[in-house]
Amino acid sequence: MSPEQIAQVVDAKGLSCPMPIVKTAQAIKGLASGQLLEVLATDPGSVKDFTAWAKTTGNPIVEQSVEGSVYRFVLRKK
Amino acid sequence: MTVVAEPDIPAVPATEPAAAAAPEAEAKPRDILIICYSGELEKTWATMILATTGAAMGAKVRIFLTFWGLQTFVKDQKRITGDNVMQKMMSFMQRPGISQRKLSKMNFLGMGPWMMRKLAKQYNVASPKELLEIAQAMGVEFMPCQMTMDMFGLKREDMIDGLGEPVGAATVISLLQEGDAPLFI
Repeated sequence: MSPEQIAQVVDAKGLSCPMPIVKTAQAIKGLASGQLLEVLATDPGSVKDFTAWAKTTGNPIVEQSVEGSVYRFVLRKK
Repeated sequence: MTVVAEPDIPAVPATEPAAAAAPEAEAKPRDILIICYSGELEKTWATMILATTGAAMGAKVRIFLTFWGLQTFVKDQKRITGDNVMQKMMSFMQRPGISQRKLSKMNFLGMGPWMMRKLAKQYNVASPKELLEIAQAMGVEFMPCQMTMDMFGLKREDMIDGLGEPVGAATVISLLQEGDAPLFI
């Protein structure tokens, strides 16, 4: 019932453009509106790319952090 | 004498208020039309990266396959294509198929592409063939050029599965006029 629970995790660590975005788009299709998707990536370009992806697709980034070389994004399916 | 020109001036801005009101509506991403004209490895790669990303961003992506770009979408295992001697020679000189692409620069009898593939693997970059499979799974539409098929003697059974109906330049122009974002690669 908790809306803040992560419904699915996409591990895109080590993958290069465009795979983190492609895998995210494929994963979010399977979620219901409002569910959260966590994405882990090591591609430094993904910071700008996920912002652009969220803006264009309308699935907002609700949380964003960096731990070492791993970028973490939490996206909410619109 | 300047008075003559003046009555025309208000006629130009008269259309502006209507045009300004439109962008406020729900922004639907524009469809993307990639004209895949070139057959080199690096350009095939660019086409596939942009097509899969476009689909991932929620846009409808279509790829028009023409001239050298069409050769990329012949089945990899096909060695010689065409009906007559010249068509067969063309396919012999430049082997078709997505796994047989050459670089436009630094090809060095295949050493360049070999190094590119090696580096791509090392840096976890998906190959054009992998991206093609993903693009097809994501609903990217492939439109082969009928004229190129005829000129090179390519048949539907020579081509990879999942391509759409062959079309001509009028289909491309019509999509552009409808507002598709064009990419000529």
